[in-house]
Amino acid sequence: MSYQIPKFRHPDLPVNDLGYTKADYEGSISSLCAGCGHDSISGAIVMACHELSIEPHKIAKLSGIGCSSKSPTYFLGNSHGFNSVHGRMPSVVTGAAMANRNLMYLGVSGDGDTASIGMGQFAHVARRNLNMVYIVMNNGCYGLTKGQDSATADEGSASKKGDANVYSAIDLCGTALQMGATFVARSFSGDKGQLVPLIKAAMTHRGFALIDVISPCVTFNNNPGSTKSYEFVREHAEATGTVDFVPMRKEITTDYKPGFSHEVTMHDGSSIHLYKVDEELDPFNRRSAMITLEDHRESGSILTGLIYMDRDSRDLHDVLETSQRPLNELREGDLCPGNKMLENINASLR
Amino acid sequence: MKRIESLNDFVIKFANVNGTGSASANNLFAKALFRMGLPVCPKNIFPSNIQGLPTWYEVRVSEKGYLGRRGGTDIVLSVNPQSMAQDIQDVEPGGYFIYDNTKPLDLRLLRNDVNIIGIPLTLICNEQYKDPRQRQLFKNVIYVGALAALLDMDFKVLTDLVEDQFKGKEKLVLPNIHALELGHQYARTNLECPIGIRVQTSDKVGDKILLDGNTALGLGAIYGGATVAAWYPITPSTSVVDAYEKYARRVRIDPGTGRRNYAIVQAEDELSAIGMVIGASWNGARAFTATSGPGVSLMSEFLGLAYFAEIPTVLFNVQRAGPSTGMPTRTQQSDVLSAAYASHGDTKQVLLFPSTPKECFDFGALSFDLAERLQTPIILMTDLDLGMNDNMSEPLAWDDDRAFDRGKVMTAEQLEEGVEFGRYLDVDGDAICYRTYPGTHPNKGAFFTRGTSRDEYAIYTERGEEYEKNMLRLMRKWETIKEYVPGPEIVDCGKNADTAVLYYGTSEESSREALDYLAEEGVYLDAMRVRSFPFNQEVEDFIDQHKQVFVIEQNRDAQLRTLLMAEFELGPDKLKSVLCFDGTPISARNIRKQIKQHLSGNNVTPLHRNIVAGDTK
Repeated sequence: MSYQIPKFRHPDLPVNDLGYTKADYEGSISSLCAGCGHDSISGAIVMACHELSIEPHKIAKLSGIGCSSKSPTYFLGNSHGFNSVHGRMPSVVTGAAMANRNLMYLGVSGDGDTASIGMGQFAHVARRNLNMVYIVMNNGCYGLTKGQDSATADEGSASKKGDANVYSAIDLCGTALQMGATFVARSFSGDKGQLVPLIKAAMTHRGFALIDVISPCVTFNNNPGSTKSYEFVREHAEATGTVDFVPMRKEITTDYKPGFSHEVTMHDGSSIHLYKVDEELDPFNRRSAMITLEDHRESGSILTGLIYMDRDSRDLHDVLETSQRPLNELREGDLCPGNKMLENINASLR
Repeated sequence: MKRIESLNDFVIKFANVNGTGSASANNLFAKALFRMGLPVCPKNIFPSNIQGLPTWYEVRVSEKGYLGRRGGTDIVLSVNPQSMAQDIQDVEPGGYFIYDNTKPLDLRLLRNDVNIIGIPLTLICNEQYKDPRQRQLFKNVIYVGALAALLDMDFKVLTDLVEDQFKGKEKLVLPNIHALELGHQYARTNLECPIGIRVQTSDKVGDKILLDGNTALGLGAIYGGATVAAWYPITPSTSVVDAYEKYARRVRIDPGTGRRNYAIVQAEDELSAIGMVIGASWNGARAFTATSGPGVSLMSEFLGLAYFAEIPTVLFNVQRAGPSTGMPTRTQQSDVLSAAYASHGDTKQVLLFPSTPKECFDFGALSFDLAERLQTPIILMTDLDLGMNDNMSEPLAWDDDRAFDRGKVMTAEQLEEGVEFGRYLDVDGDAICYRTYPGTHPNKGAFFTRGTSRDEYAIYTERGEEYEKNMLRLMRKWETIKEYVPGPEIVDCGKNADTAVLYYGTSEESSREALDYLAEEGVYLDAMRVRSFPFNQEVEDFIDQHKQVFVIEQNRDAQLRTLLMAEFELGPDKLKSVLCFDGTPISARNIRKQIKQHLSGNNVTPLHRNIVAGDTK
């Protein structure tokens, strides 16, 4: 059931550069379970879009099927949304992005939707470097069908019934790296301080940006023995560093410790600052990112933060050399070559 | 011995090995006849293989203008020992079997009711050419030259054609003409020319063109304004997107920036391809995919979404022989039911049935108007026969004043003025609702597209009444659709016939010819060509007006007949099946035979009697 959130707001709610309050980026009241990690991610999306001053209607939010994929109803109520088919969100976004390059595309998916039924589309959208943000609300289980293990459940992780998962887990960050994703990050729904700047950086990145967000399922996978529970993730998360997003018009005032911070200018002129904690990781080097991921897997810790970013990313529109004018704005005069040309074609066929 | 005598009317079949360059030589032969003003109908019967297996190329020449398959073969030109035993059996009594006699014919194959003509093709090649590849390629050209002499063709037409074909590659002109002359010379010197079958220049072609349906479809997509093409390679549909790309590179490059006014994405599978089309169409671009039966099966789930969420979707289905992988390089009309009711739940999909390249072009472009006007998938049902063979066709034409019909789309201005917007709100009474493109207005007109049930304002609901109301509106929309899709073509035989035939797509030409044969025997039948589903009122009226209707189609299960029976609630006696499903295009003789069996009072014959294997020639 969807209810509208009451319109009543505090009169002094802060507005962004466009004059919008955070409320302008909200959606309907969530019907997910109380305490669901997905709602925190929705909140982070709202905050990131508000802080980035994106016009709400210039975002398109698309999803597949599952608890995660229901969530786009709960944020960005002024944006068009598309709750598509299980595991097939990437193809729908690809078509949409081809039609209009001027919108921002936010894909929301879950671990079942991405790592199982949608694995093929996930791999290929990463490989094509489609300009989109792909957020996985990853809880290691199938919530809507009552808690079966998903393909991201760690080997040995116990479900609510107590059975340990016997299959090896698919690491979506590792998969995305392998497939050629140009921005790969992991975060935790309980860490808004890390998640919001990561979403902002992902939205500013030109190309395929994956954020794998561990998002505990309070109903089916928050039990002792689960490696996707709030408690486990809090205890085992290790951040690569922190990320600070700086819009292009803001002056940078913070001092950074030399050698441990990077300033990266994004294609729209804004920049992000990375404060490195993990000295081993060079987030601009894919090999380094893969090694660091593997090291953390071996040690049983969960690597969060920005894991990889290609600063010279060329997105699908760049590769296909499509017109700067969105294809959906082209009219008969641009598209239809007219009868004269057909007469020439006819002549060549006689 | 009896020999077939005819002028400008015969069927010749070339028996080749695939991958040996025979296709272009055989094309040259067919095109030369076309340029002599003779209606031709070339059909490539090829294996699912790149090199080494038997392949056939059949050319029908008919001054009367019959462009379907007639049935039977008057001349076989055999250069493939693998298939020789069968090929010689296929020659009509009195016909001609032309073969490479470098190696003597196996005497066990000899038929004494067939004229056997030997040409030492390999020997000539070995004497002329050193390079093995040249020996292979020119062998094909040499037999075309020999045929020109045997059939009394205008040799200059052939040499002119070679010059046209190799424009820009002039180095190849002379060697090809030389090869033609070698064959021509040999035949004139050593054989009786012409044989009983011969051709002479005529004027029965007019301004017609020779074009394959897939190229016409690709052009239809260009003219229809498609900007996004998403696809996965599958025979026999691949050349649709190839053609779209070829012409897009010519006419869709922005002259100022050099950038492309189109995007082609080769998807990872058909599911993804249709997903991309749906995403692009949802976002206000015209988009299409092309596939064949297996692809339609994979796309079914998404087709249900597009039906239920009412998203314009254009799908070109170039049908092939199923089920499963079936015979992937052979033709059939066997996806009618799987397309018409594609997807789970109560779904009905709009189908268009073109029967000529011109109609592929017209319906191809029309698909985009229909999809946006009707906000539903449009599945254009062509087949391998029409799609991959050169078909003689009316020339393509476009009205330069034609504007695209973009359907009901609410603008930012309308929203700003306060026009009420409900995505599934039927304000005009035709059951078609207004949509908005993403990004239209800062705070009005956004909605959530979903495959789940929702109310008129696109808000999720599980209330049964709301769901039912929406499903009933979709049924009302189905009625509206009947007013937009192309109506049938009816041919009244003028004899007040109470019996009729009904056909669609590539069965048209052979059906027309079969009706002429029957009329010569005093059997008169009215005819109707169905061009779309849902069936228009005229289809229902036509069936009502006749006591019995033969439904001619190229599948085993009489799929269109089933669809007609289901939609019109007809009993099984009214519609009789005339079927061909061996993977070759249905022939006129086959249709005549089946209709006569039905008419001879043999109505109690069980259906399978007509569809025994090998009984479809």
